[in-house]
Amino acid sequence: MDASLKKTCLYDEHLALGARMSPFAGFEMPIQYSGIIAEHNAVRTACGVFDVSHMGEITLAGEDALAFINRVFTNDVSGLAPGRILYGMMCLPSGGVVDDLLVYKEFADGYLLVVNAANIEKDFDWLNRCAEGFKVSLSNDSDAWGQIALQGPASEDRLVSLLGHEELRELGFYTFTNLAAEDGSRIIVSRTGYTGEDGFEIYAAPGLIKLFWKKLLEDGVVPCGLGCRDTLRFEAGLPLYGDELSESITPVEAGLSMFCKFGKAGGFIGEEALEAQRLEGAPRKLVGIELASNAVPRATYPVETPEGVQVGVVTTGYHSISLDKSICMALVSREYSALGTSLCVRIRKGVHEGVVTGKKFYKTNYKKK
Amino acid sequence: MSNIPDGLLFSESHEWVSVYDGVATIGVSDFAQAEMGDITYVELPSEGDVLAAGDEFGALESVKASSELYCPVSGTVIEVNEALESSPEIVNSDPYGAWMIKVRLSDESELSSLLSAGAYAEIAR
Repeated sequence: MDASLKKTCLYDEHLALGARMSPFAGFEMPIQYSGIIAEHNAVRTACGVFDVSHMGEITLAGEDALAFINRVFTNDVSGLAPGRILYGMMCLPSGGVVDDLLVYKEFADGYLLVVNAANIEKDFDWLNRCAEGFKVSLSNDSDAWGQIALQGPASEDRLVSLLGHEELRELGFYTFTNLAAEDGSRIIVSRTGYTGEDGFEIYAAPGLIKLFWKKLLEDGVVPCGLGCRDTLRFEAGLPLYGDELSESITPVEAGLSMFCKFGKAGGFIGEEALEAQRLEGAPRKLVGIELASNAVPRATYPVETPEGVQVGVVTTGYHSISLDKSICMALVSREYSALGTSLCVRIRKGVHEGVVTGKKFYKTNYKKK
Repeated sequence: MSNIPDGLLFSESHEWVSVYDGVATIGVSDFAQAEMGDITYVELPSEGDVLAAGDEFGALESVKASSELYCPVSGTVIEVNEALESSPEIVNSDPYGAWMIKVRLSDESELSSLLSAGAYAEIAR
C-alpha cells in the first residue's frame, strides 16, 4: 500500500477485523469487512457503524461569519439556530460545485463545516480566497477530530447504551448536541447520516472514537465499510461528490435546487449562473434509470435512446441490494429526462432497456420530529 | 487460503477447466470469487457461439465491480448454466460446482498450455 496514504485513528482496528483496505480520498480506508451485502442489510434492518474519520472539519468564527458563510454556501444560514445543521454546496461563479457540505451552527458567530475528505485542502483554500474583506477566522481541524457514523433503525438504542444520556433520543433530524467527555474534551452528536436510515454521527478526539468503536462492536453493532456506504447512499438518492456533483456538474443539473436559496440577502457565489439554468432549464439533468435486466450499469457507461443515440452517461449504478433490481443515476440531456422516458444503458457489448425514474429509489426512514 | 482442486486445469485469468469426452466445462476459481466478493450477476454467451481461446465469453458482476470472463480454449458453446441467472451467488458458495459454459473443443492441443493445480497455486495468491 502507498506509504503516502493517510490512516484514520481506527486503522489498526480495521486491520484486526480483517477489512479489505483500499485507497480513498488520500486515506487507506476499509471497503468491507464481512461483505457489502451483509453490511448493507445490517444498516437497513439493525445498526452498522462506519469509520468516517477521513471527513474534513473546518471551523469558522468571527463577527462576519454569518455574512461570509451565506456568501459561499448555497443554502440560507441566516435563520439557523445554534444546534441546527444545513446541507448545501459551495459553488464556483460558473455554478460548478467546489464541494457539498454540512454547516453546523455552533453559536452566534461560530460554525463547523463538514466537508468531503477528497476536498479538504481545496475547500480550505477556496474559503480563504473568498474570505478576503470578511472579518472571519478559518481553521482546518480535520486531524483533531475522529468521526464515526452509527446508522440504522437500532442506532438510537445503541447510541444511548454507548453514551448514556436518554435525552439523546429526542435529538431531531439535522440537529446536534455537545457532550463533555470525562477528560473534558468535546463530543458532538448529530442526527445525520448518508444511508437513508435513521442514525447519528459522532465527532470526538481520535482516542475516544477508538473507544466508542470498540464498545459499539461489543454491543453487536456491525462494522461497515465504504462499499456499503456507497450502495446505501445511492439507493437513498444521495449524491456523491465526484460522481453526481463536481466542478462541471451544477446543483441545478443534479436536482439539488432546493438546497440553493435563490434571492437570499447578499446572494451566493454561483447564484447568477444557477438562476439562469433554473429559469432556462439546465442542458442536462440527473435522473434515475431502472433497467429491465439484471446487468449492472456502472459509472461512465453510455446512456442511449432506443434508437442508439448517446444522450448521457451513468454516474453511479448497482444491482440494488435492498430493491433487487439494476438501477443507476445518470446525467442525461434534458429532453430525455422526463419520468417514464425509455432509455438504454450500454453494458459491455449489450444494450439494456430501461426507463427514467426518480432518483430516490429507496424510501428513506429518517426520524423527523 | 483458496481451494484449488487437483485434477482441474486453470487459466491465468482464473478460470477453471474440466475436460471430459472432448467437452470443456468452465467456471471461475475459488480465488477469483473471493477476490470479487458477493456476485450479483453472471453474463453468459448463447449456445452455439463459437469462441477462440482468449475470447471474452461473459462477465461477473459483484456489488462493487465487474470482471470479464475469458474462454481458455477454442470451440463451440454447447450449454450455458442457466441456474446462474437466478442464483449468481452460488459462484461464491460453490465455485467449482457453479460451472458457466460447456465448450466442445475444436483443438484439444490447447489444453497443454493451461496450468495444473500446482502451477495455478503459484499465481492465485
